[in-house]
Amino acid sequence: MRLKDFPEEELFLQGSAACQGCPGSAAIRVAFKALGRNTILSVIASCTSVFQSPFPVSALDLPTLNMAFATGGATASGLSAAADRLVAKGVLKEKPTILVWAGDGGTYDIGIQALSGAAERNTDFIYVCYNNEAYSNTGTQRSGATPYAAWTTNTTRGKGEWRKDVAQIMVAHGIPYVATASLAYPTDMFRKFARAKEIKGTRYIEIQAPCPPGWKFPSSHTIKVARLAVQSGMWMLYEHENGKTTYTAGTQRIIQGQSKLVPVEEYLRAQGRFGHLFHPERDEKRIGEIQERINHVFETLQFTHKMKEHIMDIELAPPR
Amino acid sequence: MRLVETGNHVAAWGARLARVEVVSAYPITPQTQVIEEISRFIDEGEMDCEYIPVESEHSAMAAMIASAAMGVRSFSATSAHGLAYMHELLHWAAGIRLPMVMVNVNRALGPGWNIWCDHQDTLAARDTGWIQIHCASHQEILDSIIQAYRISEDPKVNLPVMVCYDAIFLSHNYMQVEVPDQETVDRFLPPFRSLWSLDLEHPLTHGSVIYPDDYEEVRYSMFQGLENAREVIKTAAEEYREKVGGYHGDLVDAYRMEDADHALVAMGSVASEARVAVDMLRERGYAFGLVRVRSYRPFPAEELAAFLAPLRTAMVIDRSISFGMEGPLFSEVKAALYGRGGVSVYDIVTGLGGRDITYELIAENAVAAAEGGLEPRTTWPSVRINEHHLLSKRGVEGLRGKGGAS
Ligand SMILES: Cc1ncc(C[n+]2csc(CCOP(=O)(O)OP(=O)(O)O)c2C)c(N)n1
Ligand code: SF4
Ligand SMILES: [Mg+2]
Repeated sequence: MRLKDFPEEELFLQGSAACQGCPGSAAIRVAFKALGRNTILSVIASCTSVFQSPFPVSALDLPTLNMAFATGGATASGLSAAADRLVAKGVLKEKPTILVWAGDGGTYDIGIQALSGAAERNTDFIYVCYNNEAYSNTGTQRSGATPYAAWTTNTTRGKGEWRKDVAQIMVAHGIPYVATASLAYPTDMFRKFARAKEIKGTRYIEIQAPCPPGWKFPSSHTIKVARLAVQSGMWMLYEHENGKTTYTAGTQRIIQGQSKLVPVEEYLRAQGRFGHLFHPERDEKRIGEIQERINHVFETLQFTHKMKEHIMDIELAPPR
Repeated sequence: MRLVETGNHVAAWGARLARVEVVSAYPITPQTQVIEEISRFIDEGEMDCEYIPVESEHSAMAAMIASAAMGVRSFSATSAHGLAYMHELLHWAAGIRLPMVMVNVNRALGPGWNIWCDHQDTLAARDTGWIQIHCASHQEILDSIIQAYRISEDPKVNLPVMVCYDAIFLSHNYMQVEVPDQETVDRFLPPFRSLWSLDLEHPLTHGSVIYPDDYEEVRYSMFQGLENAREVIKTAAEEYREKVGGYHGDLVDAYRMEDADHALVAMGSVASEARVAVDMLRERGYAFGLVRVRSYRPFPAEELAAFLAPLRTAMVIDRSISFGMEGPLFSEVKAALYGRGGVSVYDIVTGLGGRDITYELIAENAVAAAEGGLEPRTTWPSVRINEHHLLSKRGVEGLRGKGGAS
């Protein structure tokens, strides 16, 4: 699939209220194109609640239920159960795709219980977390997804803790499909949505979403920052299905040795939220800690890849 | 069919006869038997319904909002901490204007875990935009759940309804009920309808950001929906009596009010027990009657005023307390009577956390009220302070001095 092969129909309409360069609206556009019209959407409290535009207009051309912050997973369970009834009664010819669209705060923090419950019930839906690594809607406070050392309005000297990894937590739920995506790799993202659409049960897709006002970079750099995140190893692209993780696109190329990790400094320097790591003086300690973590992860993955290629063909993750 | 059953199992029958298609619920004593019985009905093929075993009450209500939004008749049941936990979404369900019915078994709130009856949980949910029907018998639970769907789905209302009944007294005690046939119920209750559903043919966005320019109109329309519910509750009660049989009053239910000089006002199971107290009081020469508030929201202000304004005395029995104020039912009864008649209104707060309310306690206080011997404010006649209730000796004096306890 190439960009020019994406369906022309726009289900995310013009005139949204998103900031210039908003990653959320860009991601929603690709997702809608991949999923198509037969989709019921629930938007969970986040920037998307706002940028869809206020009543009485809407940029969302899908039947949409806006819901409270902590409800993503449970809302999907209600939509899906009701859709099953409507199909059983012949009111609907086929079951629509149930899509829940939430931010990282609604996913990592307040909504994780409902998401975990829905995943454990294997509710038939696609959960999307567009991860802008902070509570952007309320003015950029830290979330469980905010990376170590990043400035937010309530971590003014940089967050002291490392982010958790909800995609891996979802893998641990044993659901049929988990994928991560990046705005800089739209065809990879499109393919993942198209794949998710074919599967029944709980599917989780997390999209890294560099947010110009929250991360403090010019609004024309969204895609550039997204690409640097993957190239530097700060964000990894993969999909997990049938107990097997497959790295994709830019991440795969690094693991397979076709391209080199870009020093994380380049990624950090591209954003004002890490400015305190460079001004007034360079914070060797924290920059070094971040780089070290990335190196460790990629060395392990590269080693495993080589092992698989040259020594033996084993699966490291147990099949679920 | 005649059954001898717990109130909870009777509630499950109500949901079944209403042809509920999605149930999402989370267990809490004393509600658990409702959902256990429903899942048994489903497992045995007696109910064609999706059961969502959610991981919390917040999720129970979220799932229910979602299924109702898809255009499917939905049901849940909870109690006390569960109702408190889903409070945010009670507002959401009513604010987004969806019909649905939920049972709340009235139970006390912790701390001090207490699974017994009072009305604190429900009354704290008063201003969420839900209609609240309070039942006084097993038969009324069954009939009210079926009526509640009619009320909720009426296009003039299109709001959620909570059917409330008292923990243990009604939830767990066995009573005889008449269970109507499915066909009879079907003649009374049409298939699900709602003013809106998520529609793939006509994609609309619901519940998005709304500015001050439009928000008040939304709230006003909810207010009107509850106003319209007054008439709809009456019609539903009348039509139910005609088509199915069984009548428990509409917004209120009255006992021996025709020739009364004084009245008791109460809600829930104590309001049926208070009939015995009324008879006792009559024997002692006090012409008491009883007005039971069946619909707490919409509140029957007109009906209460019509009954109470001409009387000499009204004594409210409150099974909850508005801290820093008085018994909530007392406040509302007085508000309903404002500027009408010269009736003196009294209030006893009693029966909290399942404490027994004896006929004698009601009668004694009613006599005192009728004789002008009760203070015209909230009193706590059943409070008895013991040493083991106290954190310190000084606390004893504090409680005795200010609590109004006698
Ligand atoms: C129960 C509750 N608490 C707090 C809020 C306020 N709130 C709305 S959106 C939001 C942050 C959303 O962050 P995230 O999920 O990351 O989405 P983003 O705004 O970044 O797109 C918060 C805190 C709320 N709506 N509900
Ligand atoms: S703050 Fe960020 S995520 Fe929110 S609308 Fe603006 S660019 Fe998009
Ligand atoms: Mg966010």
